[in-house]
Amino acid sequence: MGRIVLENTTKSFGDVQVIPPLNLTIEDGEFAVFVGPSGCGKSTLLRMIAGLEDLTSGKIVIDDKDVTEVPPAQRGLAMVFQSYALYPHMTVRKNIGFPLRMEKMSQSEIDAKVDAAAKSLNLVDYLDRKPGQLSGGQRQRVAIGRAIVRDPSAFLFDEPLSNLDAALRVGMRLEISEMHQRMKTTMIYVTHDQVEAMTMADKIVVLQAGVIEQVGSPLDLYHKPRNIFVAGFIGSPKMNIFSGEEAAKFDAHSVGIRPEHLDVSTEGGIWKGTVGVAEHLGSDTFIHVHDTGLGDMFTVRISGDIAVTHGDTIYLTPHEGRMHRFDAQGMRIE
Amino acid sequence: MAIVAHTSKSSRFGRPVLAWIVGLLFFFPIFWLVLTSFKTDADAVKPEFLIWFTPTLENYLNMTDNYDYWRFAQNSVITSVLATVFTLAVGIPSAYAMAFNPTRATKDILMWMLSTKMLPAAAVLYPMTFLAKSLGLFDTHFLIVLVLSLINLPIVVWMLFTYFKEIPKDIIEAGKMDGVNTWGEIREILIPLAWGGIASTALLCFIFCWNEAYWTVRLTTIDAATLSKLIEGNRAPEGLFFGRLSAVSTAAIAPIVVLGWFCQKQLVQGLTFGAVK
Repeated sequence: MGRIVLENTTKSFGDVQVIPPLNLTIEDGEFAVFVGPSGCGKSTLLRMIAGLEDLTSGKIVIDDKDVTEVPPAQRGLAMVFQSYALYPHMTVRKNIGFPLRMEKMSQSEIDAKVDAAAKSLNLVDYLDRKPGQLSGGQRQRVAIGRAIVRDPSAFLFDEPLSNLDAALRVGMRLEISEMHQRMKTTMIYVTHDQVEAMTMADKIVVLQAGVIEQVGSPLDLYHKPRNIFVAGFIGSPKMNIFSGEEAAKFDAHSVGIRPEHLDVSTEGGIWKGTVGVAEHLGSDTFIHVHDTGLGDMFTVRISGDIAVTHGDTIYLTPHEGRMHRFDAQGMRIE
Repeated sequence: MAIVAHTSKSSRFGRPVLAWIVGLLFFFPIFWLVLTSFKTDADAVKPEFLIWFTPTLENYLNMTDNYDYWRFAQNSVITSVLATVFTLAVGIPSAYAMAFNPTRATKDILMWMLSTKMLPAAAVLYPMTFLAKSLGLFDTHFLIVLVLSLINLPIVVWMLFTYFKEIPKDIIEAGKMDGVNTWGEIREILIPLAWGGIASTALLCFIFCWNEAYWTVRLTTIDAATLSKLIEGNRAPEGLFFGRLSAVSTAAIAPIVVLGWFCQKQLVQGLTFGAVK
């Protein structure tokens, strides 16, 4: 079990309130991702759940038990840190077995659990090494192993992949997702990378300045962003947003359209612009368009290849029903 | 390129030569001390016996037979060891608290601790002596251990604090998640990780205790008197007993020189305050 409820939780550092009153429920077995720009309070929120930060007010309930005042280790949660936080003076075996040793478990039980974890994480050959002798990906696995052996009611991940190189990151992302499918344990995952959020989450929690902007499934957030911030944050490349007279034509203060929801033509369309840079990826082409009269540069994503280069004049037409309209407060208009 | 070559050439020869000159300069008084300790008191002051003289062990034999060198040495060992142990026992938890659970006052407390080192010892000579006597602690091991501990505590806390600061906070927090209590954090994580730093701090503290003279001379007479007191006692108001004084001094510094020789690496690390990794 691992149902985590935050009730009116707040956090202040001195006079600065970094988390205004916040309510959130994470269901048992759910993969929740906290995402937002750096400094949005997502790590603080995770550390509050872990018990590494005290709450200023409100409470945290895990499986119907108020754990607000319970020390970290007794909350039944395991955490994987961004820096891995392995114990450098211990071998991999000792590192993974450490939480069990602290629980005063018998040595034979510890050995059995460590061996099982090492096997599932491909660490069997490295058990007698120290963390300093491992690669980044292996260290990450050890950190996950140390979390798994505790058999926690929920896993907490604090930007666990940000220290890995791009190729390894994709691999580890899949491994963690598969681990979740297999174990069905609640996971809370903090990241600033919206791609990680979109690919891994059952539920995404978008945060800005300590405030939850939207909670929903990845596709909810993609199709129906509740406000301009979420619209701009979720999706890659970023949604094109314009306001002013052109937006007023659509009865909105601002209008957003995703790069993949625009058609390109060299003959005619609603908006006219000049190609700045065309990025040819083979499978896709990203075209950055200037001088559309819509304010900022527009980005267009075309499936496949298209023969346009710098300086070409092109016309853009949005897909029917794919426009996102926002009012003066930046909230979505249905 | 020519300039680079010139620089490297001059530093290759220049620096070692300079280092030797400075080293010999520092070593010369020690050399002179040891040399004089093998001269008779009479020879010690005669210029014609500056280098060429008949060596004698008289001073050393005299020292162990008449002045009870071993009792002073024993007191030095007891007080220095106990003071070092006590200082670390207090200093490690203090530095741990300040490094990993700092409050707004932590910086000020650290500065205040350091500021106590700036107080001239002579300023508190009378109150200290008065307190020691009225509490019946004068010339006791307890008093000397306490005084040595207190005067070294600021520097020990500062050094340990600097070493502990280098340990990533994440590792301590991982320990918290893994179910370690505060004492366990210190024992299982902090001490093993900062072992090098703790060892050099302990060594430096021991040396400071051993060499301390201001208080050990003034707060002891016989029972708790250390080697500093023995040297001081041989300052010989009745005449110039340079040979004897040199022998006593040599015997007092010998243990620390030997210790320092074996722990050079740790010492250098300690003195650079963890700045060099």
